[in-house]
Amino acid sequence: MENKAQAYWKRNLTLLYVLLFFWFISSYIFGIVLVDQLNTIQMGGFKLGFWFAQQGSQYVFIVLIFIYVYKMNKLDKEFEFDEE
Amino acid sequence: MGIQGWTFLIVGLTFALYIGIAIWSRVGSTSDFYIAGSRVHPVANGMATAADWMSAASFISMAGMVAFLGYDGSVYLMGWTGGYVLLALLLAPYLRKFGKFTVPDFVGDRYYSDTARVVAIICAIFISFTYVAGQMRGVGIVFSRFLDVDITMGVIIGMVIVFFYAVLGGMKGITYTQVAQYCVLIFAYLVPVIFVSLMMTGNPIPQIGFGGTVADGSGEYLLDRLDGLMTDLGFDAYTDGSKPRIDVFFITAALMVGTAGLPHVIIRFFTVPKVRDARISAGYALIFIVLLYSTAPAVAAFVKTNLITSVNEVEYAEAPEWFHNWEATGLLQFDDKSGDGVIQFHADPDINELWVDPDIMVLASPEIAGLPNWVVGLVAAGGLAAALSTAAGLLLVLATAIAHDLLKRTMIPTMKEKTELITARVTVFFTVMIAGYFGINPPGFVAQTVAFAFGLAAASFFPAILMGIFFKRMNKEGAIAGMIAGIVFTASYIIYFTFINPEINNAEYWWFGISPEGIGTLGMLLNFAVALGVAKFTNKPPVHIQELVENIRVPRKMPSSSDMKKKKPNKPSGSNPE
Repeated sequence: MENKAQAYWKRNLTLLYVLLFFWFISSYIFGIVLVDQLNTIQMGGFKLGFWFAQQGSQYVFIVLIFIYVYKMNKLDKEFEFDEE
Repeated sequence: MGIQGWTFLIVGLTFALYIGIAIWSRVGSTSDFYIAGSRVHPVANGMATAADWMSAASFISMAGMVAFLGYDGSVYLMGWTGGYVLLALLLAPYLRKFGKFTVPDFVGDRYYSDTARVVAIICAIFISFTYVAGQMRGVGIVFSRFLDVDITMGVIIGMVIVFFYAVLGGMKGITYTQVAQYCVLIFAYLVPVIFVSLMMTGNPIPQIGFGGTVADGSGEYLLDRLDGLMTDLGFDAYTDGSKPRIDVFFITAALMVGTAGLPHVIIRFFTVPKVRDARISAGYALIFIVLLYSTAPAVAAFVKTNLITSVNEVEYAEAPEWFHNWEATGLLQFDDKSGDGVIQFHADPDINELWVDPDIMVLASPEIAGLPNWVVGLVAAGGLAAALSTAAGLLLVLATAIAHDLLKRTMIPTMKEKTELITARVTVFFTVMIAGYFGINPPGFVAQTVAFAFGLAAASFFPAILMGIFFKRMNKEGAIAGMIAGIVFTASYIIYFTFINPEINNAEYWWFGISPEGIGTLGMLLNFAVALGVAKFTNKPPVHIQELVENIRVPRKMPSSSDMKKKKPNKPSGSNPE
């Protein structure tokens, strides 16, 4: 029982690290730190860094939450921790 | 029909709708009143969260700020959406599993301390009041411009309506009203910008349109044209921005973390039936929010281009009608320094003759673009929906903090449910009165106090809750010391630069180039550091607290070991010293 809960928690944390990595990259790295470098790339009328800061990061955020929901629901079932 | 006729009609219809919903959703229990009996469907909860979250600031001010700040305005776009990732992944499911009413409930129980609870209550009250004052200003602006009543009357009308459905329906009434308000506000936001996008770029989808070419046959990209207009007037290019990058970084982080720590947002995840619903409803909420937040930068780029091309170097007497309408409110001013009767807009304050309050950009955009009158009325109704929905959510947090956390949990634990419900309703009455007072006499520092609210939420609640879930070893000494260190540091820095020495509030004097808006991030780091340091040298939290933490980490209801102990006679149970 104890071990099962610990294994579940570890899997949860791994998933969080991965998702938060992309969360950080899409906003802080692409939208702020590397914005000048990315702005040299043009995507239609957008400079890429500007696009990430004002548009792209928001879309990435949505995708991340839905991946999280999907993965966690699967993980709950696998460990039989889902709510009856 | 004129602008005013349409506005009265549309605003009147939406108000009738809100009141109808309030009557339909009357409540009789504290659980219904505080958290709608935990029975709200995730999609409805997502919409209500979005309406609760998107305030007058989001609807009325944000696109205007982005229009004026250009790239630097991205801090609001990323900051106020990215926080939902933190909420969904790190807080919402666990707080739902914890299963009480409020954030101070969690902080007080997890850190087995009434001191921690009281610190949390004070933070919740302070943050929420700051916010309410801002909403009331939004209500005042809309009323004074579109309904031709004075601001006092406008605020009173708004407060009566909020009071009515908050007292009658509590969280249940507020939630279903907010669903309706979300529909009104998003419709009102999207309709005009779709028109404008079609006219300016030939593309009806604003998110794509503002990266497209200008529809005048020149083949020039809209953003390139805007950059050109800006640099011609002596400003930085629109897509470049002028804030130091480190400040942009810290402000974004403070807004994100602050969002995840705001009590009126967190409380929404107590209203759904299950843990899995809490996860998915954060996802729905973000979709509904991004619908507006990804449109805002398009609005900003369109309205900025339109503004420059329609008034710069235009003779004052020839200026369009909206220009004079807004001039009458004092939110747009023209000062003919050169005395030539022509409006000159320029980065250099010595030559610049036009001053525009960013708050009017969204409200004025249909007029600037020459859209029909009913669209203008619709936007006014949307602005009111945004302000009222947020105000209602905040009032409920205040009522809960005072009636439930302070009176019931801390001072009079014997209070009966019926008395508590009456107390909560009376509290709503008083908070409405106080909020109304701030609406009529707005403190001159609304903008600065918003930085306050986010900074404090980031520096206090977020670390305390996060460590409460993810760090079993965190004890009350650490959490309290961390919260106090975070708050005191953040508040001192903001007060020092915005109230005591506003004349040196610039990058030269800021620590590491971080503005007061972004200092909450540093306060949060300090909170973590102090909490971890203190916890290392003080006792472990008691066993039943460690069990509580293990319990909230899994969605399924587990038989706790203290329950099992209870079955055995003569064995002292480890639970609840209260």
